[in-house]
Amino acid sequence: MANDHIDLTVEPGEVHALLGENGAGKSTLMNQLYGLLQPDEGEVLVDGVARTFRSPRDAIAAGIGMVHQHFMLVPVFTVAENIALGAEKARAGFLDRRRARREVLEVSERYGLPVDPDALVENLPVGAQQRVEIVKALTRDVDLLILDEPTAVLTPQETGELLAVMRSLAAGGKSIVFITHKLKEVKEIADRITVIRRGRTVGTASPETPEDELAALMVGRAVNLEVTKAPAEPGREVLKITGLIVDDDRGVRAVDGVDLVVRAGEVLGIAGVQGNGQTELVEAVMGLREPRAGTIQVDNEDLTGMTTKQILRSGVGYVPEDRSLDGVVKEFTVAENLVLDQYDRAPYGNAFRLNPAAVATAARERVEQFDIRTSSPDSAVSTLSGGNQQKVVVARELSRPLRLFVASQPTRGVDVGSIEFIHGRIVHERDVGTAVLVISSELDEVAALADRIAVMYRGRILAIVSPDTPREEIGLLMAGITDPSAAAPAEPVTGEAADGDGAAEKGTK
Amino acid sequence: MTTDEPAGAPRKPADEPAADPAVATAVKEPAAVPGKEKPGDDDSFLSHFLHNLWAANTVTVTVLSVIMAMVIGAVLIIVSDPAVLNTFSYFTARPGDALNASWTVVSNAYADLFKGAIIDPAAVTAWSNGTGTWRQVVFPISETLTYAAPLVFTGLSVALAFRGGLFNIGGQGQAVVGTICAALAGFLLPLPPVIHLIAALVAGLVGGALWGFVPGILKARTGAHEVIVTIMLNYTANLFLSWLILQKGIQQAGRSDAISEPVDSSAQLPAVGGEVRVNLGIVLAVLATAAVAWLLKRSAFGFELRAVGANPAAARTAGISVARTYTLLMVTAGGLAGLGGATQVLGTAHALTTQVAGNIGFDGLLVALLGRNRPWGTLAAAVLFGALRAGGNRMQSFSSISLELVTVLQALIVIFIAAPALVKAIFHLRAARSARLGASMAKGW
Repeated sequence: MANDHIDLTVEPGEVHALLGENGAGKSTLMNQLYGLLQPDEGEVLVDGVARTFRSPRDAIAAGIGMVHQHFMLVPVFTVAENIALGAEKARAGFLDRRRARREVLEVSERYGLPVDPDALVENLPVGAQQRVEIVKALTRDVDLLILDEPTAVLTPQETGELLAVMRSLAAGGKSIVFITHKLKEVKEIADRITVIRRGRTVGTASPETPEDELAALMVGRAVNLEVTKAPAEPGREVLKITGLIVDDDRGVRAVDGVDLVVRAGEVLGIAGVQGNGQTELVEAVMGLREPRAGTIQVDNEDLTGMTTKQILRSGVGYVPEDRSLDGVVKEFTVAENLVLDQYDRAPYGNAFRLNPAAVATAARERVEQFDIRTSSPDSAVSTLSGGNQQKVVVARELSRPLRLFVASQPTRGVDVGSIEFIHGRIVHERDVGTAVLVISSELDEVAALADRIAVMYRGRILAIVSPDTPREEIGLLMAGITDPSAAAPAEPVTGEAADGDGAAEKGTK
Repeated sequence: MTTDEPAGAPRKPADEPAADPAVATAVKEPAAVPGKEKPGDDDSFLSHFLHNLWAANTVTVTVLSVIMAMVIGAVLIIVSDPAVLNTFSYFTARPGDALNASWTVVSNAYADLFKGAIIDPAAVTAWSNGTGTWRQVVFPISETLTYAAPLVFTGLSVALAFRGGLFNIGGQGQAVVGTICAALAGFLLPLPPVIHLIAALVAGLVGGALWGFVPGILKARTGAHEVIVTIMLNYTANLFLSWLILQKGIQQAGRSDAISEPVDSSAQLPAVGGEVRVNLGIVLAVLATAAVAWLLKRSAFGFELRAVGANPAAARTAGISVARTYTLLMVTAGGLAGLGGATQVLGTAHALTTQVAGNIGFDGLLVALLGRNRPWGTLAAAVLFGALRAGGNRMQSFSSISLELVTVLQALIVIFIAAPALVKAIFHLRAARSARLGASMAKGW
């Protein structure tokens, strides 16, 4: 059972946050509201009238719109075509494009949502695609808009823009249900908060509620949001990157001369808005992408030219940023995923055969050690929640002696309880003397974990600062502004916004 | 697949869900089940059994697909027989005639299919009273296994490649090259008996592996799609065979048609003898199935290929060389198909002709699909196809129903298998547990 007697009331003009861990039943609840699932019991009242929704069409007719976590857009259609899709207005048998365009422009003007009706969706950045989804819902004249984890895919700037849009929609009298597990955003935007755990409503809260209290409600126990760690005791230089230049898939320079040192027993965090070369930097370190120039050394051993397998073998652990794409094989069992890069090494096997007994024993141990919630080590990894899938990846990489541990977005899409656990393991790995490189687009995470923060902007390391540096200063660095004194207090914000727009504009034009 | 099955079978399972609630009520009223020692256990086992039977698991769907295909096959048999059709022209006046005639023609046809594929009761009687031989008794089974053996190899070839994420349409070409190499080794190499056979088999294996290596290395190095490359290599192999057979030293001395020298007896797969054609090929096929099952489940290479097949990006990130895996996988798949060709030419054909490999490569695709890309499933599917083929031969000669009907049956089975939703909809099957999970919309978590 995903939902067990849930009551939820949303007032007009309200931003109502639905907070809950992965798997708590938030999406199931909303899918019922949107007509994708039918409730076994209970009813939905819209403006006091009971309605049954057999399909999204019914829900839209009743004034309910939904923006899914994974966008439901046709990439090769233009924005206007996508918005007309499903509600095509025909004139003499032909699609009335002009009218569709006009509608898009009207709505985007009225609510301050800039979208270009003639841009192809596939060329738009993620944030702009999301705006298209919102505009699409708004053109259907909805009163209630459901946003399912809308910020999971957005950069900090895009998130800021989205929150502003939500505010203006609410001011315009629309109701918004905002599904998320990010406490900061909830506190920033929500008028009321409903917390769901294991399919039940466990409480309603106001945005004034402290974060740790909200987290405790979500998880069902007290959660430590701070990362507790002793001061680092940096040792020898483990990872040494000099003059690294890497191109991305399109041949555009992504990493443009990076020098970096990570010492044993310290966490170096790389902060930066996504798309500033962090991905390519890590891929180059792991041998997944060939650098154009420069050297990458681990304990004075050159990694460039080595295969990924050799690099992993040399004592490097790697948590890739996109878990479902690069981290796990969903069809494989938990046990198989736990040896995905160790299957041909003792004791799990050799170059020819596997040792299923050793794999099974190790799997049982890891499941225990890393608190992986699964019905059995032989279940497919796809049956696990995102947080537990990530624990599988982390468990795999941390269950052998390492010299260097590279964790890219280690807690993306992971619930609060698992974040606490994963952060704890990363700090533990540092404490046993491993050099740790953490890359995250969430500044909070970098600041909490890192002993030194390197800020990356347009393929370069702009500065390496201490984690005690004020947030604003790091934020400015992330926006490419190196000299805070040169910028007047108001300017950085516009500078940042303009930069974000610039990125968005590139796609639309 | 007995004579009375086709018409009656689909209805029989339909009664079972009705029995299900009845069982459930019986549990509530213990008085209703006296005389049983453990009424509760027994009932729950039975209802569990019925529940699982009716849940749309793969075995149920497969069996129902076969039954559905036979029902449609029955309709085809009826409409293709002019005499039976004639009785339908006065159906309203005397429906009995039409029904009788239909029943007779369908039941005879399927009886022949059964007798030709598994066992003929008449032969058993003849053997027991001394007028027949045991060879006649085992003849149908022998034919089934003879047809099945090469299909096992080509089916395994497709299934294995598929598990690694490659669609090996080139089983036909690889099998053809396998027949060529095996046959050449079979009549050109002067070797002592056992060694000669091994050499010929190895030649077939290597030939097929080479033919698989080409699309594999092209895919790995250049990204050329294996479907297109293997289709083209099928033509190449076929045309090369047609040319080769007519060359001097290859073409059988004194023949003007396209047939090669016969394979030396020392290189032929030993058969039981006489009309019982079944040979060592089926034993090799079972061994190959076991080997592939081991490879997939227990070997490091199997782990790699399954990882690459399921998620190449994750495999690459975990340090598995995707290019190497693709190449090695196509070599292995090609080798299997080549062995299939070798068993065909060393086991039954004994000489190269343009049609020596028949359709075994393409049938291998269907066999793998029917066996759901699992080694033992593929073996079972190959035996089913072999049985249809062997039975079809008898059906053609005894009931004068064309062999094409068997092909139609095979195609129908595969269509139903490929469209499990169709079968489930027809029989109102409950979605199996996994299917239910998959159908859930709440994937956002």
